[in-house]
Amino acid sequence: MQQEVVLAMLAKEPSQGSQLRARLDRALGPLGDAMNDGQVYVTLGRLEKAGLVIREGAAGSPARPDRKVYVLTPAGEERVAEWLAEVSWPKPDLAEFHLKLTAAAAAGLADPIGIVDLQRRELLRRLRDVQRAAMAEPDHSDAGLLLEGIALRLQADLRWLESCERVWTDRRNER
Amino acid sequence: MNEPEKAFVRARGLRKEYGSGEGLVRAVDEVDVEVARGETLSIMGPSGCGKSTLLHLLGGLDRPTAGELWLAGRRIDGLSERALAQLRRHEVGFVFQAYHLMEELTAQENIELPVLLAGRSPGEARRRARQLLDQVGLADRADHLPSALSGGQRQRAAIARALANEPQLVLADEPTGNLDSAATLEVLRLFEALHAAGLTLVIVTHDERIAATANRLISMRDGAFVDETHLVGGTKGNLADLAGLGS
Repeated sequence: MQQEVVLAMLAKEPSQGSQLRARLDRALGPLGDAMNDGQVYVTLGRLEKAGLVIREGAAGSPARPDRKVYVLTPAGEERVAEWLAEVSWPKPDLAEFHLKLTAAAAAGLADPIGIVDLQRRELLRRLRDVQRAAMAEPDHSDAGLLLEGIALRLQADLRWLESCERVWTDRRNER
Repeated sequence: MNEPEKAFVRARGLRKEYGSGEGLVRAVDEVDVEVARGETLSIMGPSGCGKSTLLHLLGGLDRPTAGELWLAGRRIDGLSERALAQLRRHEVGFVFQAYHLMEELTAQENIELPVLLAGRSPGEARRRARQLLDQVGLADRADHLPSALSGGQRQRAAIARALANEPQLVLADEPTGNLDSAATLEVLRLFEALHAAGLTLVIVTHDERIAATANRLISMRDGAFVDETHLVGGTKGNLADLAGLGS
């Protein structure tokens, strides 16, 4: 889990670790299951060490003086603002697969179309899992929106694989 | 002429040609296919690959040029027009991209119509329509004309109509082609409920996201099958990894 995510989740209001966890679960739905509580607390510990958050006694809960809330420091607020303004996007790693096909064909080691087929099947099964998770979400859920994004990316990958298959089939037929 | 009923739908060497001589087009070219009872099969391919024509053949909306076709163990490729119409009315439900609802009838009346055409009483038709509208979540839209319904609601009404005479087979041609993602999910949920109830579904689509929800996917090009994927069974990845949440 990226530190900035936990930091930004704190920006709404000073919160306990369990409240942060609940916020993440709402946003991620079934995808949140992979995360364990430990990850959130480890991240909070690191953020505290870096001076981006501090722990304070919770106001208004005198009955539970042991419960502490995490609060953003001014440096933490600044880091959140920077992170929100950053333009970053995960890089799709297609070159490796592309080169795998090229190398397999050049060396005559494997049929590129067979490689494409295996990959295609795997992506279709993943897409099925994603779609079933999306179908299980209530309408307009945050997690549903994330799942839609995953499904669209898989669809884009599948369409590219279709192009790969077409081109490599044509090349095989030309030989 | 009857086959032991292993495959609910079975085609052998199915062919559909249009035109003649130089202009001869084989829209469906020697297709063999079997769909098990209770299976959801999707057929995917680019427009013009013959997938809609194949669906029409399977449902008796169109006649093959050659080949053999069985439905529920009964040979249907040689049926008379009259017998085919009976088959379409009682044994097959169709769902189309453009809904094909009667615009001058309410949602309720659209569903009653096939029940009445099947020779059942107005009271029965009314009850059946009410029950189906409830099942597809449109109980409060019964008296609306299709024009007063959203795309997703129209398609749900069309699915209810397809189920009017309790078919065992539902054939859907680009059922979500006109729908946004929320309405698409509603349609997929309905299909999942039909699957859970034991219906056999064949879905034709060019959208991988729809096709991937089936048990099995067949890819079609130039009138023929080029690939088949069994989709049930675990994947190596998990959802969180796909979202970039892996630790």
